[in-house]
Amino acid sequence: MMPADELMNLAIIVSFAAVAVSQVLSMVRLVIGPSTGDRILALDTMVVNAIGLIVLIGLWQGTQLFFEAALIIAMLGFVSTVAYARFVLRGDIIE
Amino acid sequence: MNWAEIGTYFAAICLFVGAFFALVGTFGLIKLNDSMTRLHAPTKVGTMGIGMILLASMVYSFVQGQGSLHELLIMAFLFVTAPISANFISKVNIHRRSCDTPPELAKTEEWSTLVQREEDAGAHPEQTLSKG
Repeated sequence: MMPADELMNLAIIVSFAAVAVSQVLSMVRLVIGPSTGDRILALDTMVVNAIGLIVLIGLWQGTQLFFEAALIIAMLGFVSTVAYARFVLRGDIIE
Repeated sequence: MNWAEIGTYFAAICLFVGAFFALVGTFGLIKLNDSMTRLHAPTKVGTMGIGMILLASMVYSFVQGQGSLHELLIMAFLFVTAPISANFISKVNIHRRSCDTPPELAKTEEWSTLVQREEDAGAHPEQTLSKG
């Protein structure tokens, strides 16, 4: 059985690769997406993946420094998704 | 085997599971072939993928001796806001008619999501601007 620290390093590297690949895949959907809803959904997924990448950087460096950045990006991502959707629905964000 | 090693193994397994679900969810976003069906897959990225990565970060911070439960905030925020944004995106899909539209209503009523905008409607802008 692999030592714990070695397995943890492998897990961090594998998750970096997986989250980066899924970021690229959702970017592909953002470019080819046939309708507006698909593009908004791809942007939402990209924001979620960015939160994952930031948390992984914090895990890799062993600091609590990146927690606030992840929290702020989570809030801004939700607000921007709702703003895009409202803009498509209403033609206006704040009525 | 002491508690620190068990915690490290647990965090590593959580990271593997989270990475797997993030990959599967975005693969579904590419693979599925309908707008409303595509809405299903990326929810796995939000709940399982990022949830497991945040759980691993929490457990590993306890292993390193500076334990914190801050990540619960991000987890709660993501889990609460995911259905709301999914609802908005599905309303956008209905509005742009990129899926099956809901059935016709009586003449005096209309779906607020399907209301035409002013420049599309032309003839009767005062009817089409009704809020709902």
